[in-house]
This record gives sequence, C-alpha cells and structure tokens, in this order.
Amino acid sequence: MNFDLAAFRAEFAFFNQQPDWVYLDNAATMHKPAAVIAAETEFYQTFNANVHRGAHQLSQQATQLFEQARDTVAAYLNAHTREEIIWCSGATSALNQLAFGLMGTVLQAGDRVLISALEHHANIVPWQFHCQQFGIVLDVIPLDAHHQLDQTEYQRLLALKPKVVSIAQVSNVLGHMQPVAAMVQQAKAVGAITIIDGAQGILLQQPDVQQLGCDFYVFSGHKIYGPTGIGVLYGKLPTLELLRPLLYGGEMIQQVSFSGTTLNQLPYRLEAGTPNIAGAVGLAAALRWLQQWDQTAIAQHKHQLLQQLYHGLQQFSEIELISQLQNNAGIIAFNIKGEHHSDVAALLDQQQIAVRAGTHCAMPLFALIGKAGAVRMSLAGYNSPQEVDRTLVAIRQVLEILS
Amino acid sequence: MSGLTLLMTDTEQGLQQIKQQQLLTLTQTTDWQSKYRILMQLGKGVPAFAAELQRDEFLITGCDSKAWLLHEYHQPSGRHYWAFDSEARIIKGLVLVALCQLNGLTNFELSQINFSQLFALPGVQQNLSPSRQNGLHAVLKKLSQQAGLAH
Repeated sequence: MNFDLAAFRAEFAFFNQQPDWVYLDNAATMHKPAAVIAAETEFYQTFNANVHRGAHQLSQQATQLFEQARDTVAAYLNAHTREEIIWCSGATSALNQLAFGLMGTVLQAGDRVLISALEHHANIVPWQFHCQQFGIVLDVIPLDAHHQLDQTEYQRLLALKPKVVSIAQVSNVLGHMQPVAAMVQQAKAVGAITIIDGAQGILLQQPDVQQLGCDFYVFSGHKIYGPTGIGVLYGKLPTLELLRPLLYGGEMIQQVSFSGTTLNQLPYRLEAGTPNIAGAVGLAAALRWLQQWDQTAIAQHKHQLLQQLYHGLQQFSEIELISQLQNNAGIIAFNIKGEHHSDVAALLDQQQIAVRAGTHCAMPLFALIGKAGAVRMSLAGYNSPQEVDRTLVAIRQVLEILS
Repeated sequence: MSGLTLLMTDTEQGLQQIKQQQLLTLTQTTDWQSKYRILMQLGKGVPAFAAELQRDEFLITGCDSKAWLLHEYHQPSGRHYWAFDSEARIIKGLVLVALCQLNGLTNFELSQINFSQLFALPGVQQNLSPSRQNGLHAVLKKLSQQAGLAH
C-alpha cells in the first residue's frame, strides 16, 4: 500500500495545534489541508472582488477564479458541461432548492415522491412541508433487518410510479452504503427524476455522475476537506431547467421591470445573491489537492481503521453496535447498554475524544430502530491506528466510570 | 414533612445526603475520573421518576437528553421543594448538585442564592458540550421561575 499516513496527516495544521485530541467527528465536518486554507487566504489577500458584474479587472480576475472552480468541480464529477454545476451553501440548501424547485413544475397534486428511512432531515423535511402543501404523497423505503434499505419494498414502491426518488448514498448515522447506482437505474425505468444525497458519499470515491445516471447529485464542501458554507448542486441541464428558483435577486436576473422579470441562464439562474466566492475557490483547491493522493490507498487505510475500531468495540460485551461492518463507509454508531449516549460522549470528551451523540438529524431512523440515540464515531483518512487504540482505551475508562 | 408528596420527601432525604457527603468530596477531588464517577452515581441517591411523572408538562426543553423537573411549594413552612430526573446521568448529577443547595429554602433564602454559581464544580462545567450547557441553562431558568425569582 503506497499511502504515507504521516505525510498525509502533516497536511493538516489542526493536528499540530491540537495534538491531544482524537477527532472522530468527521461525518459532521472534516479538517482542512494547508492547500485549502492557502487558497482561501490567497483569494482574500490578493484577488478579493465581487464576481460577474464588476467594471474593473479585479472583478474579472475573481470571476475567472470562481468560474475555474466550477470547471474543477464539473471535471471532478464528470459532468457533461460546467452549466450543470450550481453553487449553493451545502447539501441542505441544495436539497431545499430541489424540493421547492420541483413543486408545481414537475410535481402536481396526487403525485408521489419516494425517499428512504435512513435519510438526513435535510432530505425529509423539505419534502414533507412542500408535499403537504401541494397534495403530494411522500413514500418511504423501509429498512431490512440489517439496517439496509429494503430492496423488495423499494420495487413495490417504485411500482407506484413516483415522479421523484431522492436517496442518500451513505447513511450519516450508520455509515451504510446504499446501492445507489442500481437504485437510480430502477427509478429511471419507471420515469422518476433521481436525486442522490452525496453528503456522506462524496468521499467514498470520485463520483461519475454520467455513469450514475442520476438527474441530481448534491454534496457539501466541508465534508470533502473543503470550507464550510459552500456546496454543489449538480443537475442534468434539462432537469435543472425545470427547477423553480428558491431565491431571487443578483446575478440570477437578466432583465427587471415592474411589469415582469426575465431570469438569467443556467447556472446563474439558480445562484441568487453574491456567492461564497472564497468558498468555491477553497473547495476547488480541496478537490485538486485530494486528487494528488492515491484515493484507493486512502480508502484502504480508512477501511483498516474501521475494522480495527469495529472489532475493538466488539470486544466489550457492554457495547451494542448499531452499525454493520459490511458496506460501511467509515461510520460506527453504538451504545453502551443501559447508558445514555450523551453520558458516554461526555466521558469521551473528557478524554479528548471528539465524537457525536444524539439522533444525528435522523430522528425517524432512530424511531424505526427503537433507540433514543447513539454515539457516533466517524473516521477519516488522516486518523491513525494509534488514535483508534487510544479511543478503545478511553472506552474502557468510560465503562469503568459508569460501572 | 407533612403535606409533601412522597417523591418530594424522599428526594429531600437524598439531597440532604448529597449536600452533607458527596458535595464536599466533589469539590475537593482533583482527578477527573473520581469526580465524574461520583457525579454519575449521584442520581442513585434520589428516586427516579415513575413513567406517569415523565410527562411533557414537566419536561425541560433545550436538553439533548430528556429531563423532568417538578416543584412543590410547601405552604405551611413557606419552603420550596424540587424533584428531578433525566435520562442522562451527568445531567442528573449536575442538577442534583444545584438542587441540594436550594431544596427546602424559603423565598427570602432563595433570593440570596447566586443561581449562576449553582453548577460551578471545578473542572466540570468548562468541559460540558454546548448542548449540555444549554440544557443546564434551561433547568436554571425553570428553577428560578418556580422559585418566583426573575433570572
């Protein structure tokens, strides 16, 4: 394996600043390599100007960097054209734009939308609110005994001919990867518009949206080593054209008079207001930086950490694992039997192990599996076997204190 | 004390024990393991809420774990009593630390209390997560409302 963990880790100043912490909250947000921090800093220090409408060369330079960033993302996703890349603040805003944008134009009263039981609230609640208002039926793919999406039920629900199918590539709670490529093909066969929530999936492997064949793919920059407040809504041009904009004003407008307004073309039509220019530049830097590394080797390293942590946790009879190791993208949800997840997290925090505890913006999933919540540990390529060891020692200490 | 529910009298007994025994140890213990061990076990000294008391009207909103606070004003003596339960042991422990300093006090005595110092355990509060701090703040607000104090 040609992965130099020490060299990879050295890219992240955070670990020098906080050497005592073990950071296992990567599904919430990841640390940023020097290249990303430098790109953002350089933008503000050298090129700062607003994009698209400036009457000066500085604005032209900023626009160029901003649009180059769009090209980088388009290439990373293997999009057909750069116009298919819409900047947004993150996966949540992208999913909100999609739910709002399809109502009335694609979705009419009596139509059906299909999501799954393991979605993040961002892929549930926008649908729920708008569907209620428009008289649209929201169906939910249930889980099977292994906490994977029940594919038999999926077939049955597809037969009801949903107009939209919106599913997460990876569960943000359990880490379970879903067979989205196959599911998208099946949804397309019944004529549905397909949406993949790639928030936790973008890091799995470089997505090829042409191969996936989905109509939309959304992700957040900060979950792939990029800045917060920037994300991407990828869409096929014909389906993007169908979207009703969620926000109006700024570059998205062509011509305004009080008798009517014409909107700009894609991608600008869906990018109201001054965009997060530095964020876009930073995200492009993250993608370029990541491509310098052997991503298969990083994935292998991460999988070894996952196995080490999973088997380590399995050694404790007090621990109840909720995640499965099979098809797992690097997230482990668990509880200590009879204990509240927030007590476990507090005692880990005391030992400077950063985890998350609660329902992780997926309350319906917890209701289904009958748990009040869970502790979630999520791994990244920069984590080390030593950190996993330290975490397991910390767990032993937690068990001692609680006993 | 007559006129108080059994839950309140049992809780009062437990709180007195915490005040006389564990509170001092808690403030004097320096290693975090012992401190948290005591804190996490404090809840065992007072009665847990029966299912019928885990009602939404007693629920404190703002906690990441569920927590219930009950208040009774004992008219004959003019004293305030509380009972508390939470799904999370650490929240229960911290709130009991506060309650053992408040329980059975009169309006005047309560008005002399610095509520913001009630959870001040050296080496604990600064390490609480934002959501847990919010939860404690919510408990504090409810407590002072019930005590008839503006906080």
